[in-house]
Amino acid sequence: MLHRAVEEISTGSDSDYSSSWISWFLSSKGNEYFCEVDEDFILDRFNLTGLNNEIVNYPQALDLITDNLDDDIQDDFRASLDVQARLLYGLIHARWIVTTRGLAKMLEKYKRIEFGRCPRVLCQQQPLLPVGLTDVPYEKSVKLYCGRCEDIYSPKSSRHGSIDGAYFGTTFPHLLFLVYPTLIPPKTGPPTEGAASSREGVDSSGRRRRGVREEVQEVVASDGGEGVSTASVALKADRYRPRIYGFQVSEIAKLQRWQEAVRDRQVARLEALESRNEV
Amino acid sequence: MPRNPIQVDTLPADAELEEDEDGTGEGDEIMEEVDDQEDGYTSSTPTSTVTWISWFCSLPGHEFFCEVTEDFIEDDFNLTGLNTIVPFWKEAMEMVLDVEPDEDATKIPDVSIVESSAEMLYGLVHQRYILTRAGLQAMIDKYENNTFGTCPRVYCRSMNVVPCGRSDTPGLDTVKLFCPNCNDIYVPPSSRFQGVDGAFFGTTFAHLFFQSYRELAPAPFYKPMSSGSSSASPKSSNGSSVPAFVNPNPHGGQKRAEGSVYVPKIYGFKVSERAKSGPRMKWLRLRPESPEELDMVDWRGRWINGDYDGEGDDDEEDEDRQMEDFGPVFFSVLNYDSHFSDTLVFLGCYR
Ligand SMILES: [Zn+2]
Ligand SMILES: [Zn+2]
Repeated sequence: MLHRAVEEISTGSDSDYSSSWISWFLSSKGNEYFCEVDEDFILDRFNLTGLNNEIVNYPQALDLITDNLDDDIQDDFRASLDVQARLLYGLIHARWIVTTRGLAKMLEKYKRIEFGRCPRVLCQQQPLLPVGLTDVPYEKSVKLYCGRCEDIYSPKSSRHGSIDGAYFGTTFPHLLFLVYPTLIPPKTGPPTEGAASSREGVDSSGRRRRGVREEVQEVVASDGGEGVSTASVALKADRYRPRIYGFQVSEIAKLQRWQEAVRDRQVARLEALESRNEV
Repeated sequence: MPRNPIQVDTLPADAELEEDEDGTGEGDEIMEEVDDQEDGYTSSTPTSTVTWISWFCSLPGHEFFCEVTEDFIEDDFNLTGLNTIVPFWKEAMEMVLDVEPDEDATKIPDVSIVESSAEMLYGLVHQRYILTRAGLQAMIDKYENNTFGTCPRVYCRSMNVVPCGRSDTPGLDTVKLFCPNCNDIYVPPSSRFQGVDGAFFGTTFAHLFFQSYRELAPAPFYKPMSSGSSSASPKSSNGSSVPAFVNPNPHGGQKRAEGSVYVPKIYGFKVSERAKSGPRMKWLRLRPESPEELDMVDWRGRWINGDYDGEGDDDEEDEDRQMEDFGPVFFSVLNYDSHFSDTLVFLGCYR
């Protein structure tokens, strides 16, 4: 019940939070990919298990991001604490966005296309999701995952290219599509409006948001995405075919034939699996 | 025709590039670009000391163009058919070649009309020029200076790309970038290229370029390096520790490909293809380990020995077993009513 109250406030107006560390962090340039972690998630120590080993001055860093830090702290210490606080928030964020409420918050950002669009021409501006290549901090910067071509791209802007990928983690976009299979982008045609298909996690029509948990259970209970099969969707995917004066380039054409044979074999395998399950 | 003098060195070509990359978000670039274009076109026209061609190529957004030589443009054979496409042909030619116009040229109402004709003329000549030996040479110089940028796909590991069009007819689509490693095309990262016609580069150039410079074309097969340094990106293909790469096909690409393919994972487990959200597009980026495997598929795209079941599909069996272990656990958690979110976090520790 507490988190409901917190949510109401945060969606109400930004000014309520103008003094908090988290709202300052979220509004800093370059931090656009982050969503707001609910305060009660941070305050539940269970969710932070193990993080005290990752962060220097962990108790003070935690106090800083929850706005409980003593004011009489020295400036130079505060500066170094800020680095630790960002790391702590990032690692909490990685855990938060794979919870139901966190997924829902990131889903809102996805629908508002806050992570950019796929640079691949044939993905027709498919919105992207942030992903890490590792869950360990300080190793790899954040990348962007496209649910249509199922590949990862570097952010266009260098201010996003320097964000730690561990703050988003390796799991997030794949869990999102596992939990919300109706959001899996189609392989052809323009992306459905607002990145989403028919099912609305958040609706703009003034109706209050449904409980995300109910929704997840509904999806799971219905075996995820109903009878919709994804076994042969790859056959619909467009691909680019290099040509010289209208003729295909032989070595590339050969590679593409091989790739399509691999694709067809997977389709056959999945369809066989499906028909076996139906019997 | 009167031309306003400008100082060429104030053109913000390079500065723009930096700023765009650093300062702008994904959505707010378009507005800014419009300004660029207008700056480039209306407020500045070349001085007599700078040719129209080099002025044109120095405009923001025109970085991909090379300078077509005047003798190429003056050879009528190279222009065959273009005079029916380009309006105000004669005036456009005079502008592009910096020829003083005839006195009776006053009948043209607006210089900007001739300017756009000149742009189309130059663009279409450029499409042809870059298919010549001299044009390819001019473009490889730009390529090696990294003028065209790199592939945005992570596992192409910053492979240099070249401009290309999706059509040879002007007015249909803007310029795109072709990556020789993934053989795919991308939207240029900066929106200042959104005003550049793809036909000015054409559909053929990118591929003729890599046919002409085979040492720049990645081979169609890829074998991961044996061990140790394999993950540390074999970027220095000429490096002493890396053995020289050979494609047995002498007409094939002679560069070692960047062959890694993204593998989606949930809590460290590969997502099974059996899941509805499982991987469906791996084939698009996959390369066989050896050139012989390419021959296992016939010209119609069928496996020659029936159901081939070799490499390339690496350990699909393994994946499934892993995920089967994982799947039921995950779903039982989802169905478990209380503290769902906390349990998911806990699952993260399994890795
Ligand atoms: Zn894509
Ligand atoms: Zn590429």
